Formats: sequence, structure tokens, C-alpha cells
Amino acid sequence: MSAEVRWQRKDLLGIRELSPEEITFILDTADAFKEVGTREIKKVPALRGKTLVNFFVEPSTRTRTSFEIAAIRLSADVINISASSSSLSKGETLKDTAKILEAYHADLIVLRHSSSGAPQFLAQRLKSSIINAGDGAHEHPTQALLDTYTIRSRKGRIAGLHVVIIGDILFSRVARSNIFALLKLGARVTLIGPSTLVPREFENLGVTVRHQLDAAVLETADVVNLLRIQHERQRKEYFPGIGEYIRLFGLTKERGQWLKPDCLIMHPGPINRGVEIDSELADGAQSVILEQVTNGLAIRMAVLYLCGGIATP
Amino acid sequence: MNAVIRNGRIIDPANKRDEVADLFVVDGRIAAQAAADAEVIDATGLVVAPGLIDLHVHLREPGFGWKETIESGARAAAAGGFTTIVCMPNTSPAADSPGTIAWIRDRAAEVACVNVLPSGAISKGLMGEELAPIGSLKQAGVVAITDDGRCVQNNELMRRAVEYARMVGVPVFDHCQDYSLVGNGVVHEGYWSTLLGLPGWPSIGEEVIVMRNILLADCCEHEVHCQHISAAGSVRLLREARARGVKISGEVCPHHLALTHEAIQDFDTNCKMNPPLRAKEDVAALLEGIADGTIEILCSDHAPHARFEKEVEFDAAPFGIVGLETELGLFLDLLVHKNKTIGLPRLIEMFTVNPARLLQSEAGTLSVGPAADVTLIDPDLDWTVDASKFQSMSRNTPFDGWKVKGRAVRTIVAGKTVWSL
Repeated sequence: MSAEVRWQRKDLLGIRELSPEEITFILDTADAFKEVGTREIKKVPALRGKTLVNFFVEPSTRTRTSFEIAAIRLSADVINISASSSSLSKGETLKDTAKILEAYHADLIVLRHSSSGAPQFLAQRLKSSIINAGDGAHEHPTQALLDTYTIRSRKGRIAGLHVVIIGDILFSRVARSNIFALLKLGARVTLIGPSTLVPREFENLGVTVRHQLDAAVLETADVVNLLRIQHERQRKEYFPGIGEYIRLFGLTKERGQWLKPDCLIMHPGPINRGVEIDSELADGAQSVILEQVTNGLAIRMAVLYLCGGIATP
Repeated sequence: MNAVIRNGRIIDPANKRDEVADLFVVDGRIAAQAAADAEVIDATGLVVAPGLIDLHVHLREPGFGWKETIESGARAAAAGGFTTIVCMPNTSPAADSPGTIAWIRDRAAEVACVNVLPSGAISKGLMGEELAPIGSLKQAGVVAITDDGRCVQNNELMRRAVEYARMVGVPVFDHCQDYSLVGNGVVHEGYWSTLLGLPGWPSIGEEVIVMRNILLADCCEHEVHCQHISAAGSVRLLREARARGVKISGEVCPHHLALTHEAIQDFDTNCKMNPPLRAKEDVAALLEGIADGTIEILCSDHAPHARFEKEVEFDAAPFGIVGLETELGLFLDLLVHKNKTIGLPRLIEMFTVNPARLLQSEAGTLSVGPAADVTLIDPDLDWTVDASKFQSMSRNTPFDGWKVKGRAVRTIVAGKTVWSL
């Protein structure tokens, strides 16, 4: 079936609005692109002549680099604009800056922004394709897609798996997008972390909330996805400190023994070694952390290809 | 200005009057008999009510004339059926000095087509640190003190403000928001804040200050009025305190009844207000509070903002919506027609005699003698909100295009028609 029939969106704003079929279609498209990265000439002409702007209003190295490599492999021309070099710091509004990008005929705008809903704001106002590279604590759709892709490629399926997400869920866009994607594809999701960072309200999204990282949950996990804990940046009233966090919620070697041998260990990075995860486990046989990074390229190529194709006037 | 308002249903809750009769205006005042040369205004099928009062309006002058002016805000009030409005002090400069109050009153006398009553600040510069000159403000003509838009966090300062206001004889209004609990919250803390990853503004952030105000009103034996109540817990606290005779009151805005936090799901900044839109349970509690008299005042919290100010990222957008021109229609539609929470006489009481009592004003009645401020209402008129036709300078409303039943059709201030449909 052709892309035109299966993919009708000019933007990728979040996972919540996608159907399970659309998610699967992106994953299938990524399969086709994954091989490109292993070629001697790592480039296809899919987006030749298209202009992509990496518009990062919040600092990021990993995601920006990943989008940039993906765009280059699709032969798009890439411009990077970061918050410090943009006019936003001079008081220009997001709308005005975005209108200028549109006036340059940018075909795709990859937006990272600290405000939830900023990609929706741009998508409602611009003809360019908007790809959400993370907005506030809202969504980070390509991260969830590459996580699901990684799980699917290792496990052969998503449906029926038990995925445990551990850490700061409240402030995490990665967690939200993962929850939406995993539930849509039929997985069972458990969230674990301090009650201040994993409020009960999340249960209304259809997941299980627990505040204990014990054998009962780890023995049944098919995937453990660890989120970065940022005590230095976060308001300190949410949890007492790193030491106590490790004691209660760190994936230590001791807790790691409860995991099934084929349980996947994932992390969106950057890792705090020895905090959310023991260093040896992060590098161990169950870890697929570097695979996530590689798969991220294929997923982002697929997303840029699909949305970039739709945006053609 | 002489007139006979003929054959309307006169609803005058202050005088326990509800009958079809003629109302006479002589020399701009309500009279017992008609003057010979009176203009006849046919009010057949209409409700003839005392001019409506809104205790909570932001007119934005001085300082923010691109959002609203005293003139345009007063016109918006007239178009909404209001003859008296109380304007909030969060202007630039803040209304914390007799000079600024005098400027507002002079400006209103010059350009406003309705009665504009200024409120003054509780604290200097609305900073919550030192008392504003409340006695001088009262002498300059403020009808209430409030730091609206902000909330005095220091309980000692607030206690002294209430004590001082009691001496001076001016009620204290309060925007109830505990900063430590609310933090950078922009939407109700609940399902939608969780789903959308927007910072939550929890109900308890309001309830804590309502409780504080109840304790202070009790301790100082003086009127404290809790502005724009939004949370179920606040209603319960007010109900219990009022039953004990504490001089505490609350007011409700139409948007907190018409919408829930579900409305924010598309990140529409016209659904961003402070306090935020809350859950179904909160709406039910507000309706219950209105039905049982716990809440006896309705208001708009008319908060104009220019389009360019609202057209930004959700968490960067200013709070608030315009309300004067949709307020009566929405309340009639929701309270009288749809939910049948209260009848028309009670609704009019909540817009007239109740706020007038808090202001110690003689307005809000159709008694013979006072200025003839009268609002003619067609309670069954079906109409569609069209923001492009607003008298207000701003258009920031989530209700554009809404179909509503009931509205004011003529607004009369001191016997003079200042607006008619």
C-alpha cells in the first residue's frame, strides 16, 4: 500500500492522536530506512531539494543531531537554529519567528520547545510540516516511536508485553508518548516512581501506578524503560535526594537479578550512571540503549519522509 | 430624563416585587408617577430589572489602553446589561494611591456610559509587602480593596488589612491563590494537566486561601469577599462558615460553569484563565452553592487581552477572558434555562441587591428615589455570540459562536438609554 493512502498527516505532533495502524505504518517505514544506515553510501534522494529547519528553542544535542543525520541521509538541506541564536531571546514571538521560517519556504520544521503545545501552535498557523522533537512535559513522539520500534524488533511484537517505566513521569514527555504508543499497540504499562513524580492521576490514562520497585513487578517485566532523574534542575520538594532515590527506585544490580533474562533494558539518555541504573546493567547484555540511538535515525527518516511527502504543494 | 417603561415584568428583589406593571422615570430617577412628557418604552414581554452590577471587571486603564479603556469597557458593560461595574486595581500604575483613584473617577465621569466604581489596592504596588493607604483610598472613593490578579501571601499583612478595612468601612475582596501550592500552574491539576503535561494549578491552591480568609473574616469580624471561586472545596468551606455567621462571601464567573478543563485540550489560550477551568465535580459544586445561597454574587472577571498577547505558547499567554458581553446570556442560559438552578428573580438578586449590599450602595433596586439604573432583559431571546461585534476592544473569548438563550436588550443609566439591541 502506498504512503499516500496510509499516511495523511503533514505534521507529527504527538502519539495521542495517531491510530495503531498509523504507528505501525511508521515502524514499517522505518524498517525500510534502517538498511540505509548500513550502506557504504548512507544516502537516499527522498527529500532532495527540501529544506528542513531544526528549530530548537530548548537545548538538545542528541535529538537535534539525530534529526540532522536523518535529514542528511534523506538528502534534505538542513539549517539548525537554537534558542540562543534565534530572535526569541530578543523578544520576538514564536509566531513571528515561525512565520519567517515559512517565508524562507522551509518544508519541514523540527521543533523542540519547553512549552507543552508549542508544536500544535505552529501547526495551526504554518503550511510547513511540523515535527515535534519534544514539547514541555507533553510529547516526544519520535522517542516513543523509536522505543516501540526497538521493542518490536527485539520481541517481534508489542501486544501483550509488560513494559515498566521507572522514574520521573510527571515531567516526562518521553513517558507520556511511550504510554500512548504502548497502550495503542496493546502492551500493559506499569509506571514506577515516587508518588510526587508519578501521581495517581496517571491511572486514568489506563496504566498501573506503583511506588515500589520490587520483585513482583520486575519479574513480570518484558521491558524496563528508565527515565533520567534530574534532581539538580527539578524543584527539590519532589523528592529528598539522589541517595534516597537510588535506595527506593534505582535499578541496582540487586534489583537487576529479578529481571527475566530476556527483559530489555532501555533508556532515552543521557544516562546518570549509578543513579537510575547501575552502570554494569546499562552496558550489559539486556541493555538495548545504543540500539535505541541507531533505531532513532531510521524512525526519524521515516517520519521526515512521510510528513515531507505530504507537505509537497 | 422622563420615561415610562410600560407593561414589563418588574422584578425588584430588594422590594420583593415581581409583577407586570409600568415603571416611571422622572428627571433620571425612579418615580411613583409619570411625568407629563415621558417617553414611552414598551417593555411588553421583557423583564424590567434594577441595573445589573458586576463587581469584578478589568478596565485596563491607566496603563494598558491597548487591551481596553474605561470608555470601551463601559460600553461593553452597557451592551451586557450592566449599569454599575467595579474596576480592579491591577493597572499601571496600580490603583494604590488617591491620585490614581481620582484619575480613574475623572476619566470615568468624562467617558464612561455606565457607573464605574474603582477598587483600590490592599498593598502598595500590589506587591503584598506593605499596606496601601486604605483610608485615603476610601476617601478618594474606592468601594472595595483588593490585590486582584495577585493574592496577599503574608497572613499577618492580610490580617492587618482586614482590621484596617473594618475601621475604614470598606469590604476586602481577595483573589484566592496560594503561590507555593500553585507554583507555575496554568491549568487545573487533574486529568488534562496530566495528559497534556501542562503545569497543574490545584484546587487546594484556592481552598487554602478561602480558608485563610474565613478565619480572618471571623477573627476581624469584617466582610471578606472571595473572588472568582472555582473549586468544590471552596464552596464547602464558604457554606460552613456562612452557616456560622462569618462575614464571608464568594462570587462565580460564567466560564467556571460553562466549561471544564477538557476545553484546554487544543491548547486554546482563550481557555486559559486564573483560576483555571476545573472538573465536572467542581461545576456541580458551584451550581449547588448557587442553588443553596452559599454563592450569592455573580461576576464576569472581564479580563481583556489583545490578540497578539494571547497568540503565544499556552504557558506564556496571559490569563483571562473578556466577559461583560456574554455574562448575562451565559448565566441565564446555564442557571435559569439549562440547569434550572435558580429562577429569574434569584438571578436578578445575585446581579443587583446582593452586590449592592456588599458595596453599601443604594444601587440595585427600583425603589422610588435613587437614580433610574434599569436593565431590560429578554430572558428567552435566542442569540449567537459574535466576538467581532463586541464593544470591548478585545476579543479573547472561548464563547465566540455559542448559541445562548436570554440577554439584555436595553440598558438605562440614570434614566438615559446607553445601549439597546
